[in-house]
Amino acid sequence: MSDVLIKLENIEKSYTPGEPAAVRNLNLEVMRGEVLVLVGPSGCGKSTTLRLINRLIEPTKGKIYLNGEDVTDINGSQLRRRIGYVIQQVGLFPHKTIAENIATVPKLLGWKKEEIDKRVDELLEVVSMDPEVFKDRYPKELSGGQAQRVGVARALAANPDVLLMDEPFGAIDPITRDRLQNEFLRLQQDLKKTIVFVTHDIDEAIKMGDRIAILREGSEIAQLDTPENILTEPADDFVESFLGSGAILKGLTLKKVRDIQLQPITTLKAPVLRDKAIQSINENNDSFAILLDHNDHPLRWLDERALNRTNQPIEKSGRPIAVFIQPEDTLQDALSAMLQSSVGMSVVVDRRGKYLGCCTIESLAKLLVHESPVK
Amino acid sequence: MNNESFFSSWFDYAASRTDLIQEGVLTHLLYVVLVVTSATIFAVTVAVLTRRNRFFKELSLAITSVFLTIPSLALFTIFIPIVGLGFTPSFIALFLYSLLPILRNTITGLESIDPNILDSARGMGYTRNQILFKIEFPLAWPVILAGIRVAAMLTVGIAAIATLVAGGGIGDFIKSGLARLPLPNSLEAIWTGVLLSIILAFAIDSFLRILKRISTSKGIL
Repeated sequence: MSDVLIKLENIEKSYTPGEPAAVRNLNLEVMRGEVLVLVGPSGCGKSTTLRLINRLIEPTKGKIYLNGEDVTDINGSQLRRRIGYVIQQVGLFPHKTIAENIATVPKLLGWKKEEIDKRVDELLEVVSMDPEVFKDRYPKELSGGQAQRVGVARALAANPDVLLMDEPFGAIDPITRDRLQNEFLRLQQDLKKTIVFVTHDIDEAIKMGDRIAILREGSEIAQLDTPENILTEPADDFVESFLGSGAILKGLTLKKVRDIQLQPITTLKAPVLRDKAIQSINENNDSFAILLDHNDHPLRWLDERALNRTNQPIEKSGRPIAVFIQPEDTLQDALSAMLQSSVGMSVVVDRRGKYLGCCTIESLAKLLVHESPVK
Repeated sequence: MNNESFFSSWFDYAASRTDLIQEGVLTHLLYVVLVVTSATIFAVTVAVLTRRNRFFKELSLAITSVFLTIPSLALFTIFIPIVGLGFTPSFIALFLYSLLPILRNTITGLESIDPNILDSARGMGYTRNQILFKIEFPLAWPVILAGIRVAAMLTVGIAAIATLVAGGGIGDFIKSGLARLPLPNSLEAIWTGVLLSIILAFAIDSFLRILKRISTSKGIL
């Protein structure tokens, strides 16, 4: 699986002879099926690097290989039909319907009409848009998020191995962006495309990338590694300052709740007598207990004081548990659940809502301290 | 002379000359169709060829602007020594007048296309020619057509001068009326020319308006 699909070899791009080159001696390998994110400050040449791959920008020197084939000198238009391309401003053709937009590359490749129609419907389903509703609409009738979905569908139309994405979610509001990112990651799990993704947002890079290339001026690669390794071991001061101060917090999005050891907490199964409840809290030397219903679904936080304070039935004392997290959630979700909870812990349940354990700030800290490099 | 009697005498004048009117209108229409068609082909070609080069673009706009500033009487007559009298000098003059609005609008239309659309078209694998014919022309079309409409209106009006170089058209009525003022039927002739011009202009404009509606994508209307 891990063979090289795209290879840039000693690429150089200079616009005017004599002046310093915009891209100097770039070597980059993209593995089949991975999402490689190019990230860096504006003007570092990350978009240029992307556009060198499908030769929208022709390199002055160097070689480009696609799947082992030297594509440096083949017909540029033919090459680009084999590579999906998505840009921030989407660039849908306003005079064509959504269906015609998606059909662009298949039509250029001379597919039959029935094949194209089938593919268009299929792709609209893939990006969660109802073909019957959207097929005959025009781009001006779409919201920003819908337009970018169509942009992705259009790039996938001829089933290319490679997808180039230039800040695809950059112009979309944060909530929609988050949703599109998640949808896209889910999509990628099935499609396993080879994706080169440009962004200036390090958080997006960490979220989307299997590997991240941090670029500095002149498209020089400052560090190329997995998000985990970059966060824990930045190669130099440039990378460290680009990551910013919140690197450890960013690392929380990479780990799942199932990666950490859950803390067992006293549990009480309803219905339970008040005295019995107080007794078992004291016995276990805990300050809290979690009240479970007969299906092991957690209901409330109970502590001794709450139990002594009222005469209400035990199902009404203590505080309700508002937020649950699941093993597949990220540690960042766990942290925010902790901060929301009244007792500083988050309750982990399985998919059916059964109690699994608790996640505490100590267990988070243990993981982070263990993972972080010694400063 | 009261209005009612003028109207009835004009009506008599026109009714007894339907053959002349028909001929004049047809000649006039022929000018408009031939001039606008050829000027569109020429100006759009020039626009496509020169738009990427600042110097040639400005030069072509400057030259066509100069044509428009030459008095029509002069422009119709200066070609007579080369091509003689009649249809040809009139056609040349009208052709030169029509270039600027079409050229100007074609350049504007092509330049106002969002560069991101062109970038994504290139990224999808369109060739240069495919981009021109499948993306740029369709998107610039409403603007180009607006230039064609201006050129058509201009031609309907100025083609009346053709009569002075024996080019025929609706101008014949105006010229004959003018020459015989204030003899009977002179004003009637002038008014015939004026009214026919207005009707023809209105008809052509309506045609182009309908053409715009049916030939422009609903996505950019």
